[in-house]
Amino acid sequence: MKPDPQSAPVACETCPSRPRGGLLRLGLRLSHWDYVVALAGNPNTGKSTVFNQLTGLRQHTGNWPGKTVMRAEGGFEFAGKRFKLVDLPGTYSLLATSPDEEVARNFLLFGRPDVTLAVVDATRLERNLNLVLQILEITPRVVLCLNLMDQAQRLGLQVDDRRLARDLGIPVVPVTARYREGLDALLQAVYDVATGAVVCRGYRVRHEDPELTRALEPLVARLQRAFPGLPNARWVALRLLDGDERIIEAVRTGEFSEPAPARNDAPSTPAPPVTATAT
Amino acid sequence: MSSRGQSQREEILACAQSLRWELGAQFHEKLVESIYADAARLAARAVTRPGATPRFDLDRAIDRLVTSRRWGIPLMVLLFALVFWITIVGANYPSQFLASLLVDRLYPWLREGAAALGLPAWLRGLGIDGVYLATAWVVSVMLPPMAIFFPLFTFLEDFGYLPRVAFNLDNLFRRAGAHGKQALTMMMGFGCNAAGVTATRIIDSPRERLIAMLTNNFSLCNGRWPTQILIASLFIGALAPPYLAGLVSAAVVVGVALLGVLLSLAASWFLSRTALRGEVSTFSLELPPYRPPRLGQIIYTSLIDRTAFVLWRALVFAAPAGAVIWLVANVRVADASLAEHLIHFLDPLGFWLGLNGVILLAYLIAIPANEIVIPTVLMLTVLTTRLTGVGGGAGVMFELDNPADTLAVLRAGGWTLLTGVNLMLFSLIHNPCSTTLYTIYKESGSWKWTGVAAALPLALGFAVCFVVAQAWRWLGAG
Repeated sequence: MKPDPQSAPVACETCPSRPRGGLLRLGLRLSHWDYVVALAGNPNTGKSTVFNQLTGLRQHTGNWPGKTVMRAEGGFEFAGKRFKLVDLPGTYSLLATSPDEEVARNFLLFGRPDVTLAVVDATRLERNLNLVLQILEITPRVVLCLNLMDQAQRLGLQVDDRRLARDLGIPVVPVTARYREGLDALLQAVYDVATGAVVCRGYRVRHEDPELTRALEPLVARLQRAFPGLPNARWVALRLLDGDERIIEAVRTGEFSEPAPARNDAPSTPAPPVTATAT
Repeated sequence: MSSRGQSQREEILACAQSLRWELGAQFHEKLVESIYADAARLAARAVTRPGATPRFDLDRAIDRLVTSRRWGIPLMVLLFALVFWITIVGANYPSQFLASLLVDRLYPWLREGAAALGLPAWLRGLGIDGVYLATAWVVSVMLPPMAIFFPLFTFLEDFGYLPRVAFNLDNLFRRAGAHGKQALTMMMGFGCNAAGVTATRIIDSPRERLIAMLTNNFSLCNGRWPTQILIASLFIGALAPPYLAGLVSAAVVVGVALLGVLLSLAASWFLSRTALRGEVSTFSLELPPYRPPRLGQIIYTSLIDRTAFVLWRALVFAAPAGAVIWLVANVRVADASLAEHLIHFLDPLGFWLGLNGVILLAYLIAIPANEIVIPTVLMLTVLTTRLTGVGGGAGVMFELDNPADTLAVLRAGGWTLLTGVNLMLFSLIHNPCSTTLYTIYKESGSWKWTGVAAALPLALGFAVCFVVAQAWRWLGAG
């Protein structure tokens, strides 16, 4: 492989072996933080295990769909920055047909986390990607945690994380959370997306139906005029077309134009320009 | 600006509304389809599957057995029976040890110490005969079974067996008009009903969620397992030859737990056909892969999160209850203690229910927590039999280190096999503890349904005990 002189320093900066100060688990000490990280994923992907490993908390983990019904919060410090980690309920989708889906979706949409850590089961990638694609519609600032790599190996599956990262346009980190494998690289990826060192180009689902595209265009344009800087105008438009009550309400009250929830410290690094592969 | 913004926003909504009509009804399905298609394409690009020959899949082989139509439920019953058997047999020795330490050794020593310090008699009684003895009882009766049962239960949970149980039961719940996920919340209830009620949030439909909340109490919670295990070994296990006693007791406890499941189904069926009528919604239940249980995690979760938590809660409630017990047994009104008055008052009702006044009074005192019912029953029996001169000599003398002696204490209080059976039934079927009721109120936001949650099982419990007592006596007479 030819070393590219331009990308070399970037590669070094993102190299997991580069020491940047290790993980400091803060548990429930959440007095102030620099970045908010949302933890999303299907049930049974080891989301709570990741949460516990990062925060040092002992939220109950178990092989148990639906055990995280509420939002759990914890903190950790990495490379001198303090992160608040919000564990969202495990869901299969974000189309908000149940309370837990609505909790997860509303947090991603209105809580505007700096990074969303999507935990997926490497052995059930296809089903898990359904959720990831929906998350990417809401926010491109996603890090994919390819968890349960040990199980994938046991089953003889080979998961090409680099190809996945290229296709999805976001960092993808293979992890075995219960044995703490890959967590350092994961933290580094979260750090890089949070600080803007890495800019995500989130993949957008292709809607090939020409009728739909025709309907979307005027709506997206109007939304962007009404809410400048809205990162997910297309998704909001789709939800409006789907008749989603909560989103209709948010458009009516102008909730989308409100500033992101206040951080209790100096403003963090300005959000990197969001380059969406526009439709 | 704001009015301009508002008109702009209303315009967007109107535009969306008109476009919706043009798009038609299949829009949502198309949306979901394109997501699925993209996910499938991306996953296919990233994942290389092993060669075409499917290897022997242990997970699937286990699943085929434990979720099979024929063997699923019997295997489940056997597995739980095994867990209870290990608990019952294993808990005996540490219980004896703790009792001889806390009650036989430490208790007289504390009494003498307090007397030597010149503390007044009422304070010694309240503090040592009341608070200390109640907490010592709770520790020696509850700690050993919990320290064995919870790690075993957590082991099954960590291994991935519990979702299979839900899978086996799902069909039954749907037929009862309840949500299939109620099988999961019921399983949670076997740990703690308050936790089970909170877990009903996974059920989307309010109707089915309310059914799950109202019937969760029929899952024997861990505050009631020790009662079941103790009474089963004392009254029913003792009838069997010694080498079978453990097995018989375990079978009885499993029987009571299964009865709870049946009642839960029956109550759901009843509710879904009367007050809470409606459609059954569908859901998909994923059977997660089996995972090698992690020993450290299991021990931590079961001992710290569960055992210590439950024990601490029990102690917090037991200490004041101990004081109350001592007070009602020692405050004298006219020529008898308050306890005797109350017990006399409750005795006729107790008789009709195949119980006795002591048990009913114990349930009244133990409203905050089911954990302390048995200790309360024993203390009240000892205190009142001493007062009425039925029991042993002076002082609060009783021994737990020999189950036969505990039985003797209960027999002195007029207990029969019927009392034991009905106590087990009543312990299964009565109002939820105050913590659970408060959780139901918080979750449902309605005093009315909280009231139903309390009254329904209580009425059912009275009815069941009454019928059993009458049938028992009628058969005994005939």
